[in-house]
Amino acid sequence: MTTQESAPQITEVEMITVVIDGFEVTVPKGTLIIRAAEKLGIQIPRFCDHPLLSPVGACRQCLVDVEINGRAFPKPQASCTIPVEPNMIVKTQLTSPVAEKAQRGVMELLLGNHPLDCPVCDKGGECPLQNQAMSNGNAESRLDGTKRTFEKPINISSQVLLDRERCVLCARCTRFSEEIASDPFITLNHRGALQQVGIYENDPFNSYFSGNTIQICPVGALTGASYRFRARPFDLVSTPSACEHCASGCDMRTDVRRGKTLRRLAGDDAAVNEEWNCDKGRWAFKYVTAIDRLTQPLVRNADGELVAASWPEALAAAAAGLKGARAAVLVGGRATVEDAYGYSKFARIALSTNDIDFRARITSDEEGNFLASHVATSAVNYSDIDKADHALLLAFEPEEESPIVFLRLNKNVKKRNLKVTSIATKQSIAMDKLNAEFIRVAPGAEGAAVAAIALTAKSVILLGERASESAGLISAAVALADKTGAKLAWIPRRAGERGALDAGALGTLLPGGRPVADSAARVDIAAAWGVDSLPTNSGRSTSQIIASLAAGELDAVVVGGVDLRDMYNSVDAIAALKKSFVVSLEIAPSSVTEVADVVLPVAAITEKSGSFLNWEGRPRAFDSAVAESLNRSDVRILSALADAMGTSIMLGTVSATAREISQLGKWDGARVPFTPVAPVNPASPSGDQAIIASWRRLLDMGTLQRGEDNLAGTRRQTVAVISEKRAASLGVVTGDLLRVSNATGAITLPALVEDIHDDAVWLPRNSFGSQPLTDLNAVHGQLVTVVKA
Amino acid sequence: MSQLTPVLSAHWDEKDSFTIEGYKRHGGYNAAAKALAMDPDAVIQMVKDSGLRGRGGAGFPTGMKWGFIPQGDNKDHYLVVNADESEPGTCKDMPLLMANPHVLVEGVIIAAYAIRAKHAFIYIRGEVTHVVRRVNQAITDAYKAGYLGKNIFGTGNDLELVLHIGAGAYICGEETALLDSLEGFRGQPRLRPPFPAIAGLYARPTVVNNVESIASVPAIIANGAEWYQSMGTEKSKGATLYSLSGHVNNPGQFEAPLGITLRQILELAGGVRNGHKLKFWTPGGSSTPLFTDEHLDVPLDYEGVSAAGSMLGTKALQIFDETTCVVRAVLRWTEFYKHESCGKCTPCREGTWWLVQILRDLENGKGTEADLQKLLDLCDNIMGRSFCALGDGATSPITSSIKYFRDEYISHLTNGGCPFDAAKSTLFEEVLR
Amino acid sequence: MTTTNQNLNIDVMNSIVARYPRKRSAIMPLLHYVQAISGYVTNDGIEKISEILEIETAEVSAVATFYTQYKRKPVGEYHIGVCTNTLCAIMGGDVIMEALKDHLGIENDGVTADGKVSLEHIECNAACDYAPVVMANWEFYDNQSVSSAKDLVDGARAGNPPAPTRGPSKLVTFKEASLVLAGLDDGLANEGTQAGEPTLLGLKLSKEGK
Repeated sequence: MTTQESAPQITEVEMITVVIDGFEVTVPKGTLIIRAAEKLGIQIPRFCDHPLLSPVGACRQCLVDVEINGRAFPKPQASCTIPVEPNMIVKTQLTSPVAEKAQRGVMELLLGNHPLDCPVCDKGGECPLQNQAMSNGNAESRLDGTKRTFEKPINISSQVLLDRERCVLCARCTRFSEEIASDPFITLNHRGALQQVGIYENDPFNSYFSGNTIQICPVGALTGASYRFRARPFDLVSTPSACEHCASGCDMRTDVRRGKTLRRLAGDDAAVNEEWNCDKGRWAFKYVTAIDRLTQPLVRNADGELVAASWPEALAAAAAGLKGARAAVLVGGRATVEDAYGYSKFARIALSTNDIDFRARITSDEEGNFLASHVATSAVNYSDIDKADHALLLAFEPEEESPIVFLRLNKNVKKRNLKVTSIATKQSIAMDKLNAEFIRVAPGAEGAAVAAIALTAKSVILLGERASESAGLISAAVALADKTGAKLAWIPRRAGERGALDAGALGTLLPGGRPVADSAARVDIAAAWGVDSLPTNSGRSTSQIIASLAAGELDAVVVGGVDLRDMYNSVDAIAALKKSFVVSLEIAPSSVTEVADVVLPVAAITEKSGSFLNWEGRPRAFDSAVAESLNRSDVRILSALADAMGTSIMLGTVSATAREISQLGKWDGARVPFTPVAPVNPASPSGDQAIIASWRRLLDMGTLQRGEDNLAGTRRQTVAVISEKRAASLGVVTGDLLRVSNATGAITLPALVEDIHDDAVWLPRNSFGSQPLTDLNAVHGQLVTVVKA
Repeated sequence: MSQLTPVLSAHWDEKDSFTIEGYKRHGGYNAAAKALAMDPDAVIQMVKDSGLRGRGGAGFPTGMKWGFIPQGDNKDHYLVVNADESEPGTCKDMPLLMANPHVLVEGVIIAAYAIRAKHAFIYIRGEVTHVVRRVNQAITDAYKAGYLGKNIFGTGNDLELVLHIGAGAYICGEETALLDSLEGFRGQPRLRPPFPAIAGLYARPTVVNNVESIASVPAIIANGAEWYQSMGTEKSKGATLYSLSGHVNNPGQFEAPLGITLRQILELAGGVRNGHKLKFWTPGGSSTPLFTDEHLDVPLDYEGVSAAGSMLGTKALQIFDETTCVVRAVLRWTEFYKHESCGKCTPCREGTWWLVQILRDLENGKGTEADLQKLLDLCDNIMGRSFCALGDGATSPITSSIKYFRDEYISHLTNGGCPFDAAKSTLFEEVLR
Repeated sequence: MTTTNQNLNIDVMNSIVARYPRKRSAIMPLLHYVQAISGYVTNDGIEKISEILEIETAEVSAVATFYTQYKRKPVGEYHIGVCTNTLCAIMGGDVIMEALKDHLGIENDGVTADGKVSLEHIECNAACDYAPVVMANWEFYDNQSVSSAKDLVDGARAGNPPAPTRGPSKLVTFKEASLVLAGLDDGLANEGTQAGEPTLLGLKLSKEGK
């Protein structure tokens, strides 16, 4: 290991002992009474209290009697708002008749205006109000007058519905939106008994994090359109899972009813996502069934048609095409660690090559070098953000590209004023929320701006995957980290990239970060794998593999979960594959299927077990949620394919693969050296020209979001962004149509005049009506023409 | 010697009492000049020594409140005047500001200087257009005179004073709700601690004082703490405005030393309206438990009223004679609390919803005697369980009225409705007949 | 977000914002200002305030719906508030309210068809020694009776309302009053009495030696 480990910070936390219901408990100073009681197993009922939200003391359900130094408070106190103190004696409902009556009194009032519609309420069976009414309420109500009623339900977004008469006005949802997501699109409106949660009528609750409000709602007031009336909690089988959508690494729970995933919830992992997730992670799961899944192997026949085949036939056909061929492997960024390891081992043993790359996107050699030299097996993590004095964002839009990293940054900004700086072309909503210093540069000029940033050894540099699109940026970041001692983290967008890197799905690395070029590392792996030797030459990158296929320097390729349209020149790439022997492992037909010779269907995420490494390198293991599925993980199919080729890789199950990976461990020898790359000058636009910039929005046309229209309804508006200066020179105001074009094509979008570099135009990379990668073959740094449409 | 001691009200009978000229004619702004020549701590000490206590209801010693502001903390400090006067029956600050807004401005200058605030606000309720005009003009004229703004009175001190106008919310009289409202939020009370003295407006040390408290300061500075102390009772020093309203022959404002009794004030005012007798009254607004004719001789100071089971509050003496149905009166107050509940906490928001329904039924003769017990038990679950004092206040009329007039509640049930003729309580009964 | 309301004067709005150390504090006077221009809190107004204060529209509407003086639908040119809190109600406020509803043919929170008069029962307006109290555009009409209140609304509908008891010489409109509540000077501060009789009662008695 060469990553720098800072000395652990030892801060003395003062401990305080209090007596609750006659039992002593010792907790850190600052602990709230309600939490100290939990440590004793004493459950004080509560609604507004939430451990991750600031205390408000609004619902008054958690009233207890408190005495300090022998002096009792004259009235019961909200245990969710009062930190423990020395010599404090607390009596909860268990030992204080006053507290018990106060709680019953509040419960009666909460239930008074609550409808008795539990039998048709989605929350029924998992409802804190229902449960606590049973444990701390009266069976009969004395309140027999007229209940408050509202029109029900109202859509506060296409995805979130609100039944106001069920609401107990705990304000968890509004506080979450304000405190955690910084999206105060829902608020408390009106007052008194008519107080109600709501939106402003023209602006729906389109927060990327809106689903969390449903999850923390202690009653059935907020429901998701996609789950409403679909199931009862006791009909669901819940499986702990991990999110496959991005590299944030959310812990999740997947709820399945009779083999069908009905909902996913954020899991509780204090070190990673705390108790939150983003709406994509929560709701984008229908793609598994919505898309036209491949159900059986396909083999291209003599007429050039793909026809259904049996597994033995298909494996034999694949083995025949690959055996002895000059073959490479392309793995998509969504593979599990085990699957990526399978591809890695398959390439080295079955294909005898290091020609493997997991980067199915725009990449650079600078990036490949950096990943091998700095990122593989590194361990910068969320708590480094918590400790940082300054976070520098490079080619990284956290809210769009790794939402939980955004939430963690936001928490630190709100709680302790963390300084955030972003070097980018365009101001963003997230930068605004993070109060970030925005260093405005032309697309391509990012690297040159890095050196001037003042960081310290307590700073973190968060480098997005788009850094590969700006030559010299990664090198500048490495130099800044070297100079200042700041921690450098690479945060890819896709969930599988970091795991694939550490699994050796890269031309220069073997599993565990072992350099291909290091003979000791090769011996290590060869011994573990029981082979005599491993290929020694550095493998080709994704673009080199495609170029070599085109040039006839390679004959065959195994492709797993790659969409060729995620790269430049995808037309050429498809042509290159067309002339090669292609084995495709996929869940659904794709651009690769069209040119594949053998197609092998694989399991989707909910159908298999496995793990991801999130951006921190932290394992995120999950079990298969849909146990009945017959689909198999890639690694099992690769193992069968290797067997068919007569070169076994011995990875018959996911668990066996995981065991093998953990036995290998991490490389502790010298890392691949890093060779800096000099920045190039950004393009110089003239006249109507602008330099294009783009990023993918969290909610866009991504394949994994298919089938979820309610979620799609909360997408951000598709716009082309130009500066005030450019707008003036074009005679354009916000809302006018702009035409962005080059020799490849054109995109026409409504303009948004915003804070962006004057030389630039920004468009979303993969949104409805804006797909510059395929339509313009340009996404960052290239010149395009921008005119009023 | 008169039992009355007009200090604040001394010149209200002059036509131009609200103008800067009218105010200066009687030494206006001299106290500010005097205070600004003193050490700020000496000003605080003088107000402490005077024994002045908050006139907004709670009666907290004003000088002590000022003394809580941390000094030398290099933070902005703020002074906020609570002119949200909305407690039912309370009607002292609005006439004061209409007749003499400058005394408040002068008090602000002195108080801000004492607590080292460079920025002060007057939060005035919004339903009083003409009072707003008067206060706004006073502030403008004080700026023109060099009493506000930069280098006030040529002393090198700066003070900005902003008039902030509310928009109809009783809860904003609660000081932390007022601060949230002033910051541009919904006026809901804040969790305490932190207290405003540590983290008030914009999370900076802040003093929030009632209009009358601040308006009392110039006279204290001008005449000295001893002069002020010479009025009132042992623990309730000074003079104050008592507002008499309701079924009396001559309602109005009476500025008198603390400790005067209702009997004395009624005598001055020509008594309960002719031909009628006192039934119940509030000593300090609707949130203070009701009194009856048993309490005519209770000294109207903080201790005296408290000892008799109520609170001095805002000294809003609302008088109701025997024509008044107490259930109707209490129902209406309860409807007020329901309307004004901010919605933040369960007991107040939900409790007032049900209290109104039960009381309405009782007033209409529906229900049973058990409903009285239910009412009292609900009040027990609201009182001291709510987030702020609004919920507590909502229970005061109910519990105190049941205490003194239980039989009258019962008579509604036996009578099958309200036994009172509402027309008789009006001032124009003859017209209605 | 687009705003189409041409009548909101951005310079005035910015001058209101400039009163405060932090701009969000200006939300209440800005809402009064919107009412001064539009007669109620319009969506345009909410959106413009959100833009100026750089807060979400939901945050503006949250505030606008909390305070009863902000109206989310048009009120009359003369907005009449009858105090029906306990003391005024008992002394005649309830009777006045019922009489006005009947006389105008509208309910509580209603507006006459000609848009001239709206009616609302209000809570204690800090003029209890002048009970029963009626407010018109938040100007004091003291010691009201059924007939004086009817005269007030009839005058208002005819465009010639009687002057407030303690207020300017001529009753201003709801929009004009809202401008005052936005903190802007209408030059009328010197009009009207400094104090009514009850306000002066204690002073008078003390001068009489009582």
